[in-house]
Amino acid sequence: MEVKEKKVGLENEEYIINMGPQHPSTHGVLRLVVALKGEIVQRVEPHLGYIHRGIEKMCENLTYQQIIHLTDRMDYLSAHINNEAVCLTVEKALEIEVPERVKYIRTIMSELTRIQSHQLFWATFGMDLGGLTCFFYGLRDREKVLDIFEESCGGRMIVSYNTPGGLMNDIHPNFQNRVKEFLKYFRGVIHEYDDLLTGNVIFQERSKGMGVMTKEEAIAWGLTGPTGRASGFSCDIRKHYPYSAYDRVTFREILFDEGDVFHRYLARMEEMRESMNIIDQLIDNIPEGPYTAKMKPVIKLPEGEYFQSVETARGELGVYIVSDGNKNPFRVKFRSPNFVNLAPLNLMARGSKIADLVAIGGSLDLIIPDIDR
Amino acid sequence: MKSVIEYFKGIYNGIKSLLVGMSVTGGYFIKPGTTLTQQYPDNRDTLVMFERFKGEVVMPHNEKNEHKCTGCGICEINCPNGSIEVIPTTEVTEEGKKKRIIDKHIYHLGMCTFCGLCVKTCPSQALAFSQEFEHAVFDRKKLTKVLNQPGSKLMKGVE
Repeated sequence: MEVKEKKVGLENEEYIINMGPQHPSTHGVLRLVVALKGEIVQRVEPHLGYIHRGIEKMCENLTYQQIIHLTDRMDYLSAHINNEAVCLTVEKALEIEVPERVKYIRTIMSELTRIQSHQLFWATFGMDLGGLTCFFYGLRDREKVLDIFEESCGGRMIVSYNTPGGLMNDIHPNFQNRVKEFLKYFRGVIHEYDDLLTGNVIFQERSKGMGVMTKEEAIAWGLTGPTGRASGFSCDIRKHYPYSAYDRVTFREILFDEGDVFHRYLARMEEMRESMNIIDQLIDNIPEGPYTAKMKPVIKLPEGEYFQSVETARGELGVYIVSDGNKNPFRVKFRSPNFVNLAPLNLMARGSKIADLVAIGGSLDLIIPDIDR
Repeated sequence: MKSVIEYFKGIYNGIKSLLVGMSVTGGYFIKPGTTLTQQYPDNRDTLVMFERFKGEVVMPHNEKNEHKCTGCGICEINCPNGSIEVIPTTEVTEEGKKKRIIDKHIYHLGMCTFCGLCVKTCPSQALAFSQEFEHAVFDRKKLTKVLNQPGSKLMKGVE
């Protein structure tokens, strides 16, 4: 048998490595098959499905109240907003008007969720780029928000606080004080975030001009959330299709034109400040009233198709329910922001160094259980 | 000339940004009052959880060993993943009527997702969440619990 001589000098050949499924910078079980030429990324191919639980299929055997606890486990950092999305869809189908109090509380809770999600983004993004200090500072402040959740909802991350028609229980009497305390505290320390990371020259060198998406590309790929808005795509659902109490508050939609890693990061930093402004406008005006609308114990949606989208911390989450009139949905489909935001990773990372792939992946702020569902 | 100025400006800005970042961490180094670390296993006695914290489902009993569970099974229907099993039995009351009571209220802690639907939907408020959070055990069988205590009875006045 003739043995082929091994070729010497592989400079021009592609080298394929697996990043993940167990890799700290993928924040979960995402497997990226990266084709390299030297240190330059030629191709990135995400392989999904390592944490697929079949949530959409499981929903078909559950009642509408029971679906809520599954949506917590999709994008666990915006658990509250996911719950709200399903509740809003069911309420839209039943044509129920929830009490004003519920709308206000839901909005405040959603914004708190957004703040804690971006805090964790900041913490882990700094860690991805080699600044371990950020992780401790980010988690320190996030703990305060989680305490607010724990006091009112009973859970820290997996809150299950919304239910079709209202809330599981009323806010804790201490809630308003605690939120105000947190806002005062966080306004005092958010400058540390900028001092530690935003102004750092090493961080700026690594993030500016990296993984650029133009506005046209962002629209074509359907990028939403801070990722899309950093490219100049005005896609804030809270602004364009207001739900809950968002039509009663004034806030700025954060838009940038550059669309690189640094501006995706900046968009999230600014959003934290905007979220605090939104909470400021609502926290003193929570109207009195019941914390849930009158609902039947068994919810049956009329036959038809219903859709509602909300703005999670990562982008647009759409909930599409097809009902055949039974107590269980016939089909549920979640349009998750992470799945869509992951898609153009190949486009962004092509031609950059492998270390920059970590920065680009981190700037998308991916939550893998939301991609696989 | 311009590029030389730019070069030194870059060095100056780089060092300045590093010092600004280090002043944050250094500032906390000399402010020990801001320490947040909890000495967890040692502070168990003083550790207080929030009253609404969803630790695990329990069935509160009063001092006469009575509970409020009528055995209707609504918690079992509402549980999304079958963590609760209600095993009913019948009892003959003083008037000679047959009455449904619980024999065992089985709770699988290992399957529970803490959605809170059982506690919320219980018509007689027989279930509650405890603040217990140290759930780790060496044997999986220990996670299956019988919530009603042996010899317990239905509280009077609860239908």
